[in-house]
Amino acid sequence: MAEKLMGKAMKRVEDPRFITGTGNYTDDMQVPGMVHAAMVRSPYAHAKIKSINAEAAKALPGVLAVITGQEMLDAGVKGIPTGWLHPGIKLPPHYAITPDKARHVGDIVAAVIAETRQTAEDAAALVEVDYEPLPAVSLGSKALEPGAPEVHAEAPGNLCFEWSIGDKEGTDALFERAYKTVKLNLRNNRLIPNAMEPRASLAQYAKASDEFTLWTTSQNPHIHRLLIAAFILGIPENKLRVIAPDVGGGFGSKIYQYPEEVIVLYAARKLGRPVKWTARRSESFVTDSHGRDHETVAEMAVDEHHKITAVRVHTVANMGAYLTTFAPAVPTYLYGCLLAGTYKTQKIFCQVRAPFTNTVPVDAYRGAGRPEATYLLERLVDVMAHELGEDPLEFRRKNFIQPEEFPYQTPVALVYDSGNYEVAMNKAMELVGYQELRRQQEELRKQGRYLGIGAITFLEACGLAPSALVGSLGAQAGQWESALVRVHPTGTVEVFTGSHSHGQGHETAFAQVVADELQIPVENVTLVHGDTGRMPYGWGSYGSRSAPVGLSAIVMASRKIVDKSKRIAAHLLEAAPEDIVHEDGKYMVKGVPEKAKTFFEIALQAHLAHNYPTDLEPGLEATHFYDPKNFVYPFGTHIAVVEVDPDTGRVKLLRYLSVDDCGPIVNPLIADGQIHGGVAQGLGQALLENAVYDDEGQLLSGNFLEYSIPRADDLVQIEHDHTVTPSPHNPLGIKGIGEAGTIASTAAVANAVLDALRPFGIVHLDMPYTAEKVWRAIQGAQKLPQAAD
Amino acid sequence: MADKATVHITVNGQPHTSEVEPRLLLVHYLREHLGLTGTHVGCDTSQCGACTVHLDGQAVKSCTVFAVQADGSSVTTIEGIGAMGHLHPVQEGFWEMHGLQCGFCTPGMIMAAADLLNHNPNPSEEEIRHGLEGNYCRCTGYHNIVRAVQYAADKMSGKKSVGAAADD
Repeated sequence: MAEKLMGKAMKRVEDPRFITGTGNYTDDMQVPGMVHAAMVRSPYAHAKIKSINAEAAKALPGVLAVITGQEMLDAGVKGIPTGWLHPGIKLPPHYAITPDKARHVGDIVAAVIAETRQTAEDAAALVEVDYEPLPAVSLGSKALEPGAPEVHAEAPGNLCFEWSIGDKEGTDALFERAYKTVKLNLRNNRLIPNAMEPRASLAQYAKASDEFTLWTTSQNPHIHRLLIAAFILGIPENKLRVIAPDVGGGFGSKIYQYPEEVIVLYAARKLGRPVKWTARRSESFVTDSHGRDHETVAEMAVDEHHKITAVRVHTVANMGAYLTTFAPAVPTYLYGCLLAGTYKTQKIFCQVRAPFTNTVPVDAYRGAGRPEATYLLERLVDVMAHELGEDPLEFRRKNFIQPEEFPYQTPVALVYDSGNYEVAMNKAMELVGYQELRRQQEELRKQGRYLGIGAITFLEACGLAPSALVGSLGAQAGQWESALVRVHPTGTVEVFTGSHSHGQGHETAFAQVVADELQIPVENVTLVHGDTGRMPYGWGSYGSRSAPVGLSAIVMASRKIVDKSKRIAAHLLEAAPEDIVHEDGKYMVKGVPEKAKTFFEIALQAHLAHNYPTDLEPGLEATHFYDPKNFVYPFGTHIAVVEVDPDTGRVKLLRYLSVDDCGPIVNPLIADGQIHGGVAQGLGQALLENAVYDDEGQLLSGNFLEYSIPRADDLVQIEHDHTVTPSPHNPLGIKGIGEAGTIASTAAVANAVLDALRPFGIVHLDMPYTAEKVWRAIQGAQKLPQAAD
Repeated sequence: MADKATVHITVNGQPHTSEVEPRLLLVHYLREHLGLTGTHVGCDTSQCGACTVHLDGQAVKSCTVFAVQADGSSVTTIEGIGAMGHLHPVQEGFWEMHGLQCGFCTPGMIMAAADLLNHNPNPSEEEIRHGLEGNYCRCTGYHNIVRAVQYAADKMSGKKSVGAAADD
C-alpha cells in the first residue's frame, strides 16, 4: 500500500519557480506591442471636477490617449456593481473613472496611455484637472450626523444600509435583569491589506475575433469575468478570458473587480494595443480596498451563575466612498452572526449602520468581519471575567457550548457543525504553562515589570454555504466550487480547480489528496488554476473556502474517476464492477490480486476504446460542482504573552501559542504556515497598523514610512499545536485554516496588552498599541500600580 | 527627456552595455531592459526589500540605486545566485523550511539572507530577525524564514548534510 500523502508535510511543488526568480506575476509579463497606463488620481477627498485639460499631456511624444470618465460613459461603459445586497441598500454608481466628482483621495479622474510607463506617468502629471474642493467626511459616525457632507446624491444622510440580527426585545430584557453588565466603546482600526505584490493588469484585444484577454492580480478570475463582461463592458462572457497568473498575496484585497481593470480593457480595444498598468505602492494605499474600520458600542450581560446571558452590539461600519464587490456582507453576516463565538449566550442583538465616507472603499480583509466580532467579544469576556473576579479562561470554560450540543443553533442564525472548545483550551493552557505564567506575572509586578497574558478562544465560519442560503442573505453569487479531473492516455492527471492560490500552496496540497484518491504518484498530478479559459466556472478563493469547498469538489470528481475506472477494469478483467477493488494503485478483482489492471492500462483503454464497455462513454475525465451543506467552523485557543515597558510604553511580544482545530490537515507545513502568517497580520492590527485619515479625508498613513506592517523583529517563533474535530458534512472533514490566525491573534494580543496594563487601572484602549499610545495611557492612569496590588 | 547615458554593467556574470535614461532605477533596468523579472518591486519608498540584489557583493535595494550608479559594477540577482540542480543554500533552506508562500518577497529575502550569512555565518535568531527587518513578508509571519536562514547557516558551515530537513 502506497504511503498516504494526506497529512504529510510535503515540500511545495510551486517553490522551485519562486526561489529561482522564475515565477510569472502579472507585472513580469511583456507582450508584443504593449503600452502602459498611468492614472490621474484626485488629490482631494471630495471635489467637483469642473474641467479637464489634457492638451499638454497629449502633446508629450509617446502619449497615445488620455481617457476621461465622460468618454467611457459615452462609449456605454457601465459602473462597477456590488455583489451583495441588503434590503433598502443604496447603490450609487461607481464608475471606473469618475465623470463628475472625486469621492476619495486616489479616485481616478483620467487615465493616460503611452508607449512607456515613464512617459505615461510624466503625462499624467501634465493633465490639468480643475477641481472645486468640497467639504469631506472620513469618520463613519460623523458621516451619519445631520448636515454631514453628502458623498452621493443617491444616499441622503450617507446611510448606505442599516442591518440588524437577533432578538432586540429579548436581549434588552436580559440586560434589564442581569446580575452584571459591562460596556465597551471600541474602535476597530482601519487596515490596509498590503499584499506584497502591488496590483497589476494587462489587457489585450484581438480585433479579428473580437476577444479580450485580461491578466490580472485576482483571487477569483471568474468573478472578474462575470462582472466585467455582463455588467460593465456589456460583452459576451465567451469573449473575455481572465487569467490570474502567479499572484503575490491577496488577503481579500484581490477579490474585487477594480477600476483599473476596466480601464486597461477599454484602452486596449480603443488603441488596438495591449495595455498594462501596475500600481505603485503609494497607489495601493489609496486604491486597494481597506479593511475593518468599525466604531462599536458592545455590551455583555451575565447572570448570578456567571453565565453569559446576552450580548448587545451597535456598530457604525465605514464603507468608504463606494461599495466594492462583497463590502455589504462583511460587517453584517460575517460579523453579527459570529457574536456567539464559542459561548452559550442566550440572546444576541446586533445593529449595524453603514455609511459612505470620503475614504477608500472598505471590504474583506483577512478574516473579514470575524476578527472584528472576535475582538469585541473576547474583549468583553476578559473585562467581564475581571469584573467577576474570575480567571478569564475559567470564565470562558464555564460558558462553552458543549461537544454533545452540536449541531448547535446560535441565536444569530448560524448552526455550528462540530466543536470541542474545552479540549483545545486545555491543551493550550498546558502547553503554555498557564498557571506558572500567572504566578510569574504576579512576581514580576512586584518588581515593577508588567507581563500581560492574553488568552482567547475563538470560532470562525468559513466556506460560506450552501449557495441557496447565501443567496437568500443577499449574495449575488453562488458559493459552490468546481473541479475537473482530466486523465491523459498515459495516466497522468491535470486537475482544474475554481479555487485560486495566491500563496496557499494548492498545487501541492490539492495534488496530495488527488494522488491519494487515485492512488497514483503525486508527481503525475498537475493542478491548474486561475484561468477562465481553461477551467469550469469557479468562485475563487477567499473566506478560507479553498480546502473545505474547492478541495471537496476535487475529491468528489476524483471519486467519479475511480468509479469509472472500476467499470473499465471490470470489462477488461471480465468481472462485475462491484467485484473490483481499488487497492495498492491497482484495480483488481476482489480476492484475486493477480487479476488486476493498472491506472495506466485503464487510462489508455479509456482513450483507445478498443476493448471497452458498450454502455460507457470513452475518455476519462470528471467534473464536479460541490455545494456544501453548511459553513465549517474551525476554532481554537490562542495565548499571547507580552511585556509592557512602563517607562517607554513599548509592547514586546514574548511568546505566542496557538492550538487550532481545522479538522484533518492535508499538509501540516502549509497549514502551520497559514497560522504563522495569520497571527502576524492580526498582531499587526493590535500593535502597529492603522490607516489614519484627517478630517479633510487625507490619508496620513499613505506609505510604508507611515503605515507599519510587522517586520521580522516584531515577531517571535510561534508555538503551535492542533486538535482535530472533523466537520461532519464534507468528504474529508476539512474546516479551513487561512484566516484563523488573524481572527484570533488581534484579540489575543489586545487582551495581553490590557492584561499588562491592568495594575494601572486601564480597562480599555483602542488599537494599535503603539509605544506612544501606551505611554500616554500609563501617564494618564488614575491608579498607581502599587495601589493595584 | 534627459540625454541617455551609456552604462557597462555585469549582471550574473554576463557583461551588458546599455543606453539608459539617467533617472532609470537599477531595478527597472534589470526587469525591463534585461528581462530579469525575478527581482520585484513591492514599494516606492525603499521599505520592503523585494528588489534586493547584490551590487559588487553587497546587498542593496535596487530601487535606491540608479542604473548609472551601477556603471562598471557587477550585479547578482536571484536568477544568478543559484538554479534548480545547484541551489544556493539559502534557496534550498527556503524550499525545505517552507520559507515562502506567495513568493513575491522571496527573491529579495533570499538575497538579503545570503548577504547576512556572508557577514555573519552563524547568526542567532535575534540576529536573523534584525538582519532581515528591511525585508517585508506579508505571508509567513517570518517564522519559517528564520528557520530557512538557520538551515542555510547550518548547511554552509557543514553542520547539515545535503537534503536533510530540520524537524520543527
